[in-house]
Amino acid sequence: MNASAALRAGVARGGRPPDTRASAAGIGLWVFMGVATALFSLFVMAYVMRMNGSDAVAIPLPWQLWLSSTLLAIGSVALQRSATAARGAEPARARRLLWAGGLCALAFLAVQLWAWQALTSTQVTPAGNPGAAFFYLLTAMHGLHVMGGLAAWAWTVHAAWPDPAAAAWRIALCARYWHFLLAVWGVLFALLGWVTPEVARAICGTP
Amino acid sequence: MKPATKKFLTHYVWSQDHKVIAIQYACTAIAVGLVGVVLSNLMRLQLGFPGQFEFINAERYYQFVTMHGMIMVIYLLTALFLGGFGNYLIPLMVGARDMVFPYLNMLSFWVYLLSVVVLMASFFVEGGPTGAGWTLYPPQSILPGTPGHAGGIVLMLVSLVIFIVATTMGGLNYVTTVLQARCEGMTLLRMPLTVWGIFVATILALLGFPALFVSGVMLLLDRTLGTSFFMPALVSMGQASGYKGGSPLLFQHLFWFFGHPEVYIVALPAFGIVSDLISVHARKSIFGYRMMVWAIVAIGGLSVVVWAHHMFVSGMNPYFGFFFATTTLIIAVPTAIKVYNWVLTLWHGDIHLSVPMLFALAFVCTFAIGGLTGLFLGNVSVDIPLSGTYFVVAHFHMVMGVAPLLVVFGGIYHWFPKITGRMLDDRIGKIHFWITFLGTYAIYFPMHYLGVLGMPRRYYSFEGYQFIPASAFSLNTFITVVALVVGAAQLLFVFNLAWSAWRGRPATANPWRAASLEWQTPTTPPGHGNWGPQLPVVYRWAYAYGVPGQGEDYIAQNAPPEAGGLEPEARGRSEGEARGAPA
Amino acid sequence: MSMAVVLLLIVVGSVLFHVFNPWWTTPLASNWQQMDDTLTITLVITGAFFVAINLFVVYALVRFRHREGRRATEQPESKRLERWLIGGTTVGIMALLAPGLVVYANYVRAPHDALVLEVVSQQWQWRFRFPGADGKLGASDARFVGAANPFGLDPADPAGQDDLLVAADEVHLPLGRPVLVLMRSHDVLHDFFVPSFRARMNTVPGQVSRFWFTPTVGGRYEALCAQLCGVGHPNMRGFVVVQDVAAFNAWQAALPTFASTQAKAAAPAGAAAGSAVEQGRALADAKGCTACHTIDGSPRVGPTWKGLYGKTETMADGGRALVDEAYLRAFIRDPQARQVKGFAPVMPKIDLSDEELAALVAYIQSLGSAPTQAATDKGVQR
Repeated sequence: MNASAALRAGVARGGRPPDTRASAAGIGLWVFMGVATALFSLFVMAYVMRMNGSDAVAIPLPWQLWLSSTLLAIGSVALQRSATAARGAEPARARRLLWAGGLCALAFLAVQLWAWQALTSTQVTPAGNPGAAFFYLLTAMHGLHVMGGLAAWAWTVHAAWPDPAAAAWRIALCARYWHFLLAVWGVLFALLGWVTPEVARAICGTP
Repeated sequence: MKPATKKFLTHYVWSQDHKVIAIQYACTAIAVGLVGVVLSNLMRLQLGFPGQFEFINAERYYQFVTMHGMIMVIYLLTALFLGGFGNYLIPLMVGARDMVFPYLNMLSFWVYLLSVVVLMASFFVEGGPTGAGWTLYPPQSILPGTPGHAGGIVLMLVSLVIFIVATTMGGLNYVTTVLQARCEGMTLLRMPLTVWGIFVATILALLGFPALFVSGVMLLLDRTLGTSFFMPALVSMGQASGYKGGSPLLFQHLFWFFGHPEVYIVALPAFGIVSDLISVHARKSIFGYRMMVWAIVAIGGLSVVVWAHHMFVSGMNPYFGFFFATTTLIIAVPTAIKVYNWVLTLWHGDIHLSVPMLFALAFVCTFAIGGLTGLFLGNVSVDIPLSGTYFVVAHFHMVMGVAPLLVVFGGIYHWFPKITGRMLDDRIGKIHFWITFLGTYAIYFPMHYLGVLGMPRRYYSFEGYQFIPASAFSLNTFITVVALVVGAAQLLFVFNLAWSAWRGRPATANPWRAASLEWQTPTTPPGHGNWGPQLPVVYRWAYAYGVPGQGEDYIAQNAPPEAGGLEPEARGRSEGEARGAPA
Repeated sequence: MSMAVVLLLIVVGSVLFHVFNPWWTTPLASNWQQMDDTLTITLVITGAFFVAINLFVVYALVRFRHREGRRATEQPESKRLERWLIGGTTVGIMALLAPGLVVYANYVRAPHDALVLEVVSQQWQWRFRFPGADGKLGASDARFVGAANPFGLDPADPAGQDDLLVAADEVHLPLGRPVLVLMRSHDVLHDFFVPSFRARMNTVPGQVSRFWFTPTVGGRYEALCAQLCGVGHPNMRGFVVVQDVAAFNAWQAALPTFASTQAKAAAPAGAAAGSAVEQGRALADAKGCTACHTIDGSPRVGPTWKGLYGKTETMADGGRALVDEAYLRAFIRDPQARQVKGFAPVMPKIDLSDEELAALVAYIQSLGSAPTQAATDKGVQR
């Protein structure tokens, strides 16, 4: 293409060739992960401080959470392998694994909702006790971040479908975000399951 | 759709050009700021002429107070400094064609606009907007007895959540652009202080707004689902509530963990901008540039460990007071360094008293007051009788309302010629300046003394309190009259903006003869893509003023290396090596 | 040039303003002289910085103003000067912080022999409690709060039986004895602030907060609420009377104990159970009316119900109105429609069925007297 067309194209895409776009997007994702880390860290601190209170009761976690965690982990692995396949010039494999990664995240959300339904059927509601309130709140917050990831994944599927190799960086970013969501979920799951009021009191030094 | 209409929409409405987005942010922020000024004038009518205006009853008074505060801090100052100045200046000052994520940038403006619409909608729901004070403390913010506890508070919290999404989208852009898209030769330590101020402020925003999000969402759930994150067992208006076990202090810790960095999110861009204003209009490099950068970074870092100085009398663990008083007074040191460096820049300078310089000097004067009164409030035992009084109101208005706002005006007068290709009218500018500077000083300086007297803040009326002398009521009336005049004078500014954009005196490309990169664009106003076919290459810092042995008293950042004017740390090396590392 | 002149005038004017203005601390009436001293130290140090910085700017503006042919001298930094400035500032900061922290260390440790005073805050009034002879305050909880037990004390706690209750807005304290103020709130955050005492603290529902001071000057002091607590916030006034020990003891001895208030409440009212009046009495409790309206004649947030029915009430706009059935019904249904003189318009709208409204009105009527025929001159409103 001629110089002015290149200029227009460059300007339209922020004026940089694709590999700088990849690194810019990479930095942008790290920054966003920093923001989300700040968010979830604050939620964790709020949880510990609130579960300190005398009215806090640990709630039994529904078994569905183990299923959803497994699904999220599988999704992470799938996307990681998809990124590798895309770079290794195996487009068909890359596409299949890309789909799998997204579907696993979707299934994760469905199973989380199932877990909610399981809890509400045992009369555990948000207003009941702080443990329950935090359960719904933390799973909802994490779920919203998964949904955001799915939006980015959908765009990646659209952009990477014709030529996964050229868009391998996009798939890699999805994988990175999926690993992040898995790590956050791990922390939240451990928090809800093992930081009981007794542990919270021990942390805060409450007698 | 007609092609002309489509073109208009793409260029000026759904634009992904950072300059258009910046103007969209600025216009929205200024419009909403004018609403904030009107609200403050309504409050002052009640304070200056108590009981004379029947429609300003106690409920409405508290609604005005709350909406005024939230609008000014969040929807005006934060949006204007980051979304307005940040969007316009960062790509131009670092030599980029645009922000790195232009589509996300466009979205951030529309999401911000949505948050403003939701906020304004709270005026129209039953019960009106929330009257809980901008700090929205539970339990009262969601209980009867506080105006807007039904719908108003919900819309406020939803609006804040939406705003936080917008700020995050914008913030990702500003940070990544500074890290990633600087042109060749533009090292971090060659960026103007305006960029440093906005850059560090953005990092604070990205890490601090999540705390507001957490507290806001949890308060929303307490209000809508009856959870008890912040609500202890309580009896409201004689009715036992269903809440129990929650902690109001937890809200305060979360809120101020955001709230204190927030004031630096407003102040740091102002610090950066005023450094550039003083430097350009005194024709002298900012004194101690690298120390200024470190001071900005240090202030940003320290700002996350001082929050509980807003909570000295909150009933929190009293031993926290020692820690937070100490950190708060430590943060005064880098802040003082900045003040010294601003005034030392004037020393042996060549000072032009243009309108931007007038605003910059007024900033130094008013920020000195605001910053120094902060030392009273940060010192825990001095704070105890002053907390919750007009001393606090005077302090935060001086340091956050007056001083940064003077920088906003100065910055707009300074960069207007670049943005529009025309100069703002100088005479109107000077009238606007004098009324604003002298007026705000006359409003807030005496107000400190009312606080020392013990006059409490957030009082609709002081009727019947014997310890308050009649002279204090007279002072309140005086302050109200001045406030009304200052409020009206802002219309001069708005008029100047509108009229000059259309009919102002045409400006040259670099009317202030500034060295930084944004003034070196091939066209004025800069075209789409900013730099024409070739990105600039930078050979020196942004402050090459008064370099001896040169014809002009400044050297542009992208002037050829032979022109000299290197930053101090590069001067030891030879010419050939001193070009600086590529971005 | 005008800027230099103006800045000079601002500096001079501000200093003169400080010296000559009538507004400074209210006269101190407690032991916290040290807080005032630290305030003065802070003022002197910050004032000196303010004057110095502004005078420096004035000088620079005059000496280095733009003139034809002038150029700025290139002077980008001076490490040595920066070091001195950092050092000097640090010394100044420490000079402020040190006394401040010393005073604070004193503030957080109350003396052992302090007299205990409990302040109970609720929208929008203060109540006070002293421990009785046993020296201990009885336990309290929100679930015990009711018309007969406005302090929310646990009736089963023996330590609370002898506690002395002050149901009015005015508390007395003995001169010269340290007071440890323990504070509770029934509903939202408040703050018990007497400017003359300097010391204060927020009250927080769900916990007890505290501060201490020693009253050193006799007198009657106004207490304000200093933490926004809803629309009644500016009306939440209390009083502290500081008097010599003998007078204080006499006053305190006359206070009712919790036990005696419980005994009085248990005595049956003169009405048969199930009648409209009895139903109204129960409603007044359940709907929270008694949070603001007393039945013993003392005005609180709202007018007292004792003698209300049949009275001619003065409204805030100067008009008068006869308090009869129609007045009460209209007022309860729409409290914001009119305002009684001397009371803040903060009454919330309470949900009541017509039957409940009739019962409540009957109860209020039973506490008043028959309406007088004389409705006065201009505009008796209904």
